[in-house]
Amino acid sequence: MALTEREQAMLEPRPITESDDAVIVFDEVSLAFDEKVILDRVSFQLLAGRMKIILGGSGVGKSTVLKLILGLLKPDGGQILVNGRRVDDLDEEHYMVVRDDLGMVFQDGALFDSLTVRENVGYKLFEETDIPIEQVDGRVKEVLGFVGLDEYFLRMPSELSGGQRRRVAIARALAARPKILLYDEPTTGLDPITAVTIDDEIIKLRDLEEVSALLVTHQLRDAFYVASHEAVKEGGTIKCVPASPEKLAETTFVMLKDSRVLFEGTLPELRAATDPYLQSFLS
Amino acid sequence: MPSFVVNGIKKALLEVQDYFKFLGQIARGLTSRPVYFRDIVEQFEDIGLGSLTVVLLTGTFTGMVLALQSGITLDKFGARSMVGQLVSASMVKELGPVLTALMVTGRVGSGIAAELGSMMVTDQISALRALGTDPVRKLVVPRVLAGIIMVPILTIIADAVGMVGAWLITTTQLKVAGSVFWNSVVMGLYIQDVWMGIIKPFFLGFVLVTIACHVGLRTSGGTQGVGRATTNAVVGGSVAVLIMDFFVTKLLISLMY
Repeated sequence: MALTEREQAMLEPRPITESDDAVIVFDEVSLAFDEKVILDRVSFQLLAGRMKIILGGSGVGKSTVLKLILGLLKPDGGQILVNGRRVDDLDEEHYMVVRDDLGMVFQDGALFDSLTVRENVGYKLFEETDIPIEQVDGRVKEVLGFVGLDEYFLRMPSELSGGQRRRVAIARALAARPKILLYDEPTTGLDPITAVTIDDEIIKLRDLEEVSALLVTHQLRDAFYVASHEAVKEGGTIKCVPASPEKLAETTFVMLKDSRVLFEGTLPELRAATDPYLQSFLS
Repeated sequence: MPSFVVNGIKKALLEVQDYFKFLGQIARGLTSRPVYFRDIVEQFEDIGLGSLTVVLLTGTFTGMVLALQSGITLDKFGARSMVGQLVSASMVKELGPVLTALMVTGRVGSGIAAELGSMMVTDQISALRALGTDPVRKLVVPRVLAGIIMVPILTIIADAVGMVGAWLITTTQLKVAGSVFWNSVVMGLYIQDVWMGIIKPFFLGFVLVTIACHVGLRTSGGTQGVGRATTNAVVGGSVAVLIMDFFVTKLLISLMY
């Protein structure tokens, strides 16, 4: 059976995009739950192939930003564009098409605990497409290999450690080749060594697969590590090394405070910021 | 009117409104693609076969106790031979459908609420949506279909084993001949009674499963929330089964008798 254009796009590598088009646009987005204002006219853009790291204390609406992009929440005001298409007014049925371009890594992984690693990673391809099982299994092995867990193919999520669960979650988000990856606190609760392995996966995806990414975290160490390193291929192996100035400029930070954007800029700009709140946050 | 009463009424009305919206989503899921056949088969097995033991036990012992109790009462009128008539009418029209639905609510309703509730609080439902799957189509529609189809089948089984239980007691304890008992069973049933006993479980199965799914998908507040959802699903489902039973019975009486 011939694959549809959508199914083909999920299996074949995407052409590397050269454009600087915004893949996500947040334009004056506001959201409140009853009296509590979560986001107040928040604006930013994510350019194709780049990464934006959203920082902020607990409860400032960092994860809410991702849920709004994913259509799990609707904003009270403002516009959200994904790949140039306005999505904030779409209903659930039409949003399913938008979600083909989005991959989400949830806090704690959110793996389906009744399914194996194979079924989790290939979920979208198994359930939402007619791609033959052999081809899906091939893709599952490929992405599991990418995160270094190919031997865990038939394990259950309950048999995995915290770090392995996050890596499987990254593989699941990656399996259908989304153009944009959204990470929600991917290293929270992990020990520093395991956190670095997750950071390395995020860097590899950004630099080698050129996936645009939004990373939400309050772990400064991980945010700085991801921004200040780049992945390079050296003699068949992949290494994460300190980033060149050009690469450093490709990752930008957004700091949220009191429901608004307090700062937006690169890592050197963030380090040089004189705002007292930023300085206390960074210290 | 005190503000807590007004707030309570508002909350209840919002809950009802949400439930009806949810029923609309289920209707859309039932009438359009995609259809998750594997999940439907799994739910038929889980809700149908999984509930068989409890329904067999409930049906059998209800039939047996009905025979014992009605035997004592009918003895006063010298009408012990009419036990079958009383048991069949009670089982087929009322006890079979209601007890089966209550048992399924206890076993399946709590399970559905706990499963969906756990998925809610661990972001698995959000993950499903993020992966392009509508949770209503994937998780709710198969359970609703299984509830609608399997509860009537379980009810018929409960009725049958109830009658067998009653026959056992009638012949061994009440010393009434088996042929007299079965003749009395047939005499006590009208075709309308049989229809009522078959039609009612469709409604009861639908209401118990949809309430459990609705409660499960609104779970919040971690593991405590899951516990609350499970309790609410069983209590809400059981009460709804009894209320629904009354209204469907009233409707069917006005239509068929």
